[in-house]
Amino acid sequence: MKQRIDGRNRRHAAYWAFWVHRVSGLALALFLPLHFTFLGQALQGAAGLDGALAFTQHPLVKVAEWGLVSLLALHLAGGVRLLLLEFSAWRGLRGAWVAGAFGFATATGLAFALSLLG
Amino acid sequence: MQEQRLKVSVWRGDAQSGQFQTYEVPRRASQTVLDVVTHIQRHLAPDLGFRFACRVGMCGSCAMTVNGVARWTCRTHVQKVVGPQGELEIAPLANLPRIRDLVTDMREFFDKWARPEGRFVGQTDRHEPFAVVKPDTAPRQQADAGIECIGCGVCYASCDVVSQRPDYLGPAALNRAWTLVNDERDTRRQARLGAVAGDAGCHACHTQGSCTLRCPKQLAPTASIAGLKRLVARAAMKGEL
Amino acid sequence: MSDTPQAQARRWYAQRISAMVLALLVLGHLALMIYAVQGGLSGAEILARTQGNVWFGLYYALFVLACAVHVPPGLANIAVEWAGWSPARALWVARLFGVFILVWGGRAVYAVVMGGA
Repeated sequence: MKQRIDGRNRRHAAYWAFWVHRVSGLALALFLPLHFTFLGQALQGAAGLDGALAFTQHPLVKVAEWGLVSLLALHLAGGVRLLLLEFSAWRGLRGAWVAGAFGFATATGLAFALSLLG
Repeated sequence: MQEQRLKVSVWRGDAQSGQFQTYEVPRRASQTVLDVVTHIQRHLAPDLGFRFACRVGMCGSCAMTVNGVARWTCRTHVQKVVGPQGELEIAPLANLPRIRDLVTDMREFFDKWARPEGRFVGQTDRHEPFAVVKPDTAPRQQADAGIECIGCGVCYASCDVVSQRPDYLGPAALNRAWTLVNDERDTRRQARLGAVAGDAGCHACHTQGSCTLRCPKQLAPTASIAGLKRLVARAAMKGEL
Repeated sequence: MSDTPQAQARRWYAQRISAMVLALLVLGHLALMIYAVQGGLSGAEILARTQGNVWFGLYYALFVLACAVHVPPGLANIAVEWAGWSPARALWVARLFGVFILVWGGRAVYAVVMGGA
């Protein structure tokens, strides 16, 4: 029997970056089939798309859209940090980049929200 | 007013089961967690099982889980980790089979060290002149950055991928392989790259970074593993694995 | 297709290359979304820009292809590490999902570029 890793071991920036990257990726992966189904409605022309878009008028859906855009921006920024850590000979864990990733995602989410409301 | 007595929860048990038991330990100046464990064994519970050797931060034998985090107990001052009511929690290292109390079976750790050809294999013998290895070449600097590992197991005990993938070689073994791959005298490079490739090797690392954060010698297994990822990918795309 | 360390290493590399491609494509996509949702979205508006637009089609076809390479390894890792699946099962289900992305995503790109009037 092995002692299990304690949750207190995970309280640091690089681990949160991993967790956010994984969960955001999972959410986006699960969203993709829905996204493609919606867009596929264009096979019925503008009317088909409008039918799908009517569903997106609901305020909760708008919030979900903002959430997805934010998750995408987060996953992108976190991913860029990972690519730099893996492909360039850096030694640190670049905690500042984690903060930067959240900043980028917040800014993108805000821009999208403003656009949505405008 | 500082608490004068520590309330120490120590994991007691065997390979199958156990639980935390609390002991009261007098607080002293400059006390380390190893001092606390030693006090418990000497005065309160003579049958407490634990490992230590040098007690000065050179051997790595005293690694245990302190308040949920793997540390060298001889180099952990109570002052730094004690709770506001004098609480302290000590458990064996994670990810390794328990033997008894605070002692774990390190065989799996060292088996995985050996698996990716974790030992140097040269091509000259003592009758030949010394190898001249320039210290400032990039590969030598990469090797030097990881060479101080003493195999204490703290990184292994801190890695979530080790918990979730039983075959994963782990940060120490991979860090070791990286230092050897960068050693220009070594002759097993190709075999070593093959041995560290794939989901049991460097590609399972998700850059969670707990190993680098916890290493008592400030090594960076994450960086070493990233280096292996680059070398292995290149070799794999060329079909050399 | 066997699952040797060499194959695993190649999959890892392909996933990272697709990540680099996606980094650029996603930046563009985000910019487009922020621009496009201004003043509301309608089917006619979207199709007016995408219909018959070859560049649009190529961009998003590449996007779909990159997704089909990028998403499955991540899902397989989650299945093995968080859901306790066997690596073999995770690999096959992930591959199926990759094929699904290619087919369903390809259909979506076709729909907005060539879809009905």
